[in-house]
Amino acid sequence: MKILVPVKRVLDPDKADLVRIGSDNTSIDQGNLEWKVNPFDEYAVETALRLLENTATGEMRGELLVVGIGPEEATQQIRWCLSMGAQRGILVQARDEGLDATVVAMILAKMVEEEAADLVIMGKQTVDGESNQTAQILAEILGWPQATFAGRIVASPDLARATVTREVDGGNINVTITFPAVISVDVRIVTPGGVQNNVSPPDKPYDEGPRYATLGGIMKAKKIAVETMTLEELGIEPSPLVHTLSFSLPPQRKAGVILETVEELVLKLKEEAKVL
Amino acid sequence: MDDILVIAHILDGRVKKGTHSAVTFASSVADHLNCTYSILALGDDLSTPRDILVSLGAQKVILGEAPGLDQALAERWAPIIEQVVKEGSYGMVVSPSSTTAKDVLPRLAHRLEAGMASDVIDVTFQGDTLHYTRPMYAGNINATVEIVTDRHVVTVRQTEFPAFEPLEDKSPLEVIPIPPPPSEVLERITFESFERAVSERPDLTEAKVVVSGGRGLKSSEGFRIIEELADLLGGAVGASRAAVDSGFINSDFQVGQTGKIVSPELYIAVGISGAVQHLAGMKSSKVIVAINRDEDAPIFQVADFGFVGDLFKAVPEMISQIKNLEKE
Repeated sequence: MKILVPVKRVLDPDKADLVRIGSDNTSIDQGNLEWKVNPFDEYAVETALRLLENTATGEMRGELLVVGIGPEEATQQIRWCLSMGAQRGILVQARDEGLDATVVAMILAKMVEEEAADLVIMGKQTVDGESNQTAQILAEILGWPQATFAGRIVASPDLARATVTREVDGGNINVTITFPAVISVDVRIVTPGGVQNNVSPPDKPYDEGPRYATLGGIMKAKKIAVETMTLEELGIEPSPLVHTLSFSLPPQRKAGVILETVEELVLKLKEEAKVL
Repeated sequence: MDDILVIAHILDGRVKKGTHSAVTFASSVADHLNCTYSILALGDDLSTPRDILVSLGAQKVILGEAPGLDQALAERWAPIIEQVVKEGSYGMVVSPSSTTAKDVLPRLAHRLEAGMASDVIDVTFQGDTLHYTRPMYAGNINATVEIVTDRHVVTVRQTEFPAFEPLEDKSPLEVIPIPPPPSEVLERITFESFERAVSERPDLTEAKVVVSGGRGLKSSEGFRIIEELADLLGGAVGASRAAVDSGFINSDFQVGQTGKIVSPELYIAVGISGAVQHLAGMKSSKVIVAINRDEDAPIFQVADFGFVGDLFKAVPEMISQIKNLEKE
């Protein structure tokens, strides 16, 4: 079993309110913000580890390959995933500007073929671009079924299929998919019971959230060389279908008034805001 | 430009409000570009929603009915919509940003070799060229994008376009045959069940009032005062991700970047600190009220009216005072 997880670097999502637009209005200014792994991609790495590992024996039942697309510096986020427990990492060298969901999906499809991956698990969206398209386009290119917005995965012990709970408007949809397939994950996948592989003993639930790298994990990751590939090697000439022309700031809300009593608050809502 | 095709969002036989917003968007684009728009609905039985769909000013309403279409599997829907688009030579496909559209439309876009813009909040016209505005970075930056393919696929955020008011004139209906499902990929995915999130209250994304609770509520019992206030105001209940992660309430109620995007007339945030990703889901509400014991909580930066104090005292007091107002 080989699982491919794509990871993107994004500016620190907890500080998204500090993201600034470059003076030309056509670029994003990194400022003092750090690069992090896109949170949903980190959940995807955690999901893949929970599917592959047998927590009773510590055995990994296959390979977890992490693929990043971007400049040389994006290797750092691949390293982060290696210290979480991924066994291999590949950086496809590219300029961030030449990428849209379609180009990224085409690169990933090529990687899936080259690596003969059996399953792709990815974040449902990046928290910078927020397009929420890549997993679906990738599935279409590959002709694979998709299970998007997964909040729960229950896999068969042989990792041939899984029942996926998809978080959708108005509730949850359960689908059973036979691999190879593309799964995109939502935040609930990293709850203690979010992933069940029917091999790890169920009486040892996971902690909430993606795992932290252990010291052992970091040491082990240091010995792994991140492989690199170029778009030429993959035979891809990026030609985005969606061009970003400029950035602007949305209208800002102003802080209002703090009221001393609940009575005043209710009066304001009635008399001034006229919402009661 | 070639005509526009709007994909209706229907759930449990009801036309969702987002459909009306997508029609408003389509109608404005059609006016500018001198073309028309039609509406496509897919489902098991469309006899109820079609009466509403025909009153939305469309050139025609196209119905595709077949058993299993309510499941809205992307692998099934995408080729059906593709065929309608190609046969009707539509230049643009528009849908509200429902989870169904997010699931299906990227697959469709690739089949049509079209670029796609997600969650569009505005459109401007440079001659015949369309510039779409869409939020990025949890609503902190807007990007203006251009789709460079002939066909465009677009999802629009319903909070940014008013609902289209139904007209007296009725659009003609066209019923299309549904092609047999593509067997190869559908053999590998089976719809098992839809677990509905049951709620007596209005839909979060459609409610005029939303009362949301956060970690400050401390437990699922704590949420009862949120429900009581919501019921008193005829509103919906929402929650922060912290409250959902703490297990106080089901994820379907989450408001934020990873949950529902809402913009009610009145949004009351109780015990919610106001993390970036929560603000992304409610910042466009008309009036925002924040109740929190921490006066430095970021939620006060976006609130029109704030109260600093113990929510377990403040909310019941608010409830009794609103009841008094109603008696007057």
